[in-house]
Amino acid sequence: MLENIYTELIAEHSQAKENRRQLEHATIKERGHNPSCGDEIILELEVSDGVIKDAAFGGTGCAISQASTDMMIELMRGKTVDEARHLAELFIKMIQGEVTDDTELEALDEAAALKNISTMPARVKCATLAWHTLRQCVMKFPIPKS
Amino acid sequence: MDKNFLNDFPILRSRMNGHPPAYLDNSATTQKPESVVRAICGYYGSCNANPHRGVYELSVKATKVYEEARRKVAAFLNAKSPKEIIFTKNATESLNLVAYSYGLNNLRGGDEILITIAEHHSNLVPWQRVAQATGAKLNYIYLAADGNLSAEDIDKKLTRRTKILAVTQISNVLGLVNDIKTLAAKAHEVGAVIVVDGAQSVPHIPVDVQDLDADFLAFSGHKMLSPMGIGVLYGKKKILEEMPPFLSGGDMIEYVEEQTTTFAELPQKFEAGTQNVGGAAGLTAAINYIQRVGFETIESIEKDLTTCALAELKKIPYVELYGCEAENKIGIISFNIKDVHPHDVATILDAQGVAIRAGHHCAQPLVKYLGQNSTCRASFYFYNTRQDVERLIEAIQKVRGTMHLA
Repeated sequence: MLENIYTELIAEHSQAKENRRQLEHATIKERGHNPSCGDEIILELEVSDGVIKDAAFGGTGCAISQASTDMMIELMRGKTVDEARHLAELFIKMIQGEVTDDTELEALDEAAALKNISTMPARVKCATLAWHTLRQCVMKFPIPKS
Repeated sequence: MDKNFLNDFPILRSRMNGHPPAYLDNSATTQKPESVVRAICGYYGSCNANPHRGVYELSVKATKVYEEARRKVAAFLNAKSPKEIIFTKNATESLNLVAYSYGLNNLRGGDEILITIAEHHSNLVPWQRVAQATGAKLNYIYLAADGNLSAEDIDKKLTRRTKILAVTQISNVLGLVNDIKTLAAKAHEVGAVIVVDGAQSVPHIPVDVQDLDADFLAFSGHKMLSPMGIGVLYGKKKILEEMPPFLSGGDMIEYVEEQTTTFAELPQKFEAGTQNVGGAAGLTAAINYIQRVGFETIESIEKDLTTCALAELKKIPYVELYGCEAENKIGIISFNIKDVHPHDVATILDAQGVAIRAGHHCAQPLVKYLGQNSTCRASFYFYNTRQDVERLIEAIQKVRGTMHLA
């Protein structure tokens, strides 16, 4: 069971330093906090013309939350705000065990590797902290009429 | 000394992730022996009715069970009278009762409340709220290098302005035992009352409220073999009598008129509404069990486990320990593993059937004061064994490898 959670990919992302910084031209900054464990992240996005040009984060957390945040940041670069909204919802649904079609998860790229967390209720909040914070960020933009 | 308590605790013979549970989260809550479970079932099976109200036999039985529990607790703490024992939901409610009923009515701007940085949120947040509401100032006693309360801080901050000293007898993070008797004497010298959080002490060491000269002492049943939902506030009769009720409603009244009410005598004045009589029955059985084992045995088992665990942990170079150099320590060990977050440690231990706590342990200011965001915590009770300690150490040794760290 542990091998499926603490994979090398997760270890790598949880220790990666490149996305752990402050953006020079951040347009949105949002704090995410998990009161039950005290972990927090600060998510920064640089958005122009509805596209996420760059993203970075700070704060402290466990390997699962840090890896999840790092993977999310990499996935977000170049995405539109609307795509980000969709991906955040897809990730949260995946962790809640509500996605049945695995092909749907391809859109999450490496972050789909966290799917197994859905079987560990005690760690769900760790995996979703960054994505809930992202959702808070993109909620500040109007939802396009379609 | 290796008496096999496992026979009395069915849950300890179950499985956790395919292993027998090494349950090391006793500071959070303890497991319940069969005798306690039987007492609760027995109450609901043959005595259940609303106590104090009915004139029929079952109600009389329920009243008897409830009041026997009160006498049991009074004797256990060496209180002068059962009237000094108020049943609550838990230590948190007991401390809130003191904060709102005593604190709000006895403090004003310019007064001071003195607490320690090592308090659980339940002996901290209520005082913050009372300070905000009354204009009183909330001061903190910080720690010396070994984790004990700074003697210098106590002498400097406990002054004539201090009206309440609220302090834990044993820190739920560091496991260090505070000298309540001395603190009580110092508090009384300046005219303050002392409120003692006994949540971590009453289950593990003999507590004599008269010897300590505590004005108030709070504890939870569930941390000492009892069911969740039953707790105790001890208070000196004279102080309790002068305090207004905390919650109001049924069973705490004398006469109710349209616009006014007179209140019942102690202890009913502080026990509004139907109480947790089944929980009280469980608490009686728990105290009986603890007394059969005896505090001498409890302390000696926990001392052995703690000494053993600390000796092994100190051999592991990547383990950092907090508050583990002082002598006045009981079976609570807070630690971190270098480069691994406590939650990951706890998950990896869980997979091996070892249950520990990870996080801020409801003591955020203390954990922050220690320079940490969170810690791991292993905490013992008398039913733990050296084998549990061995399994804790073996599981810790697998953590860094699992995390792909050298």
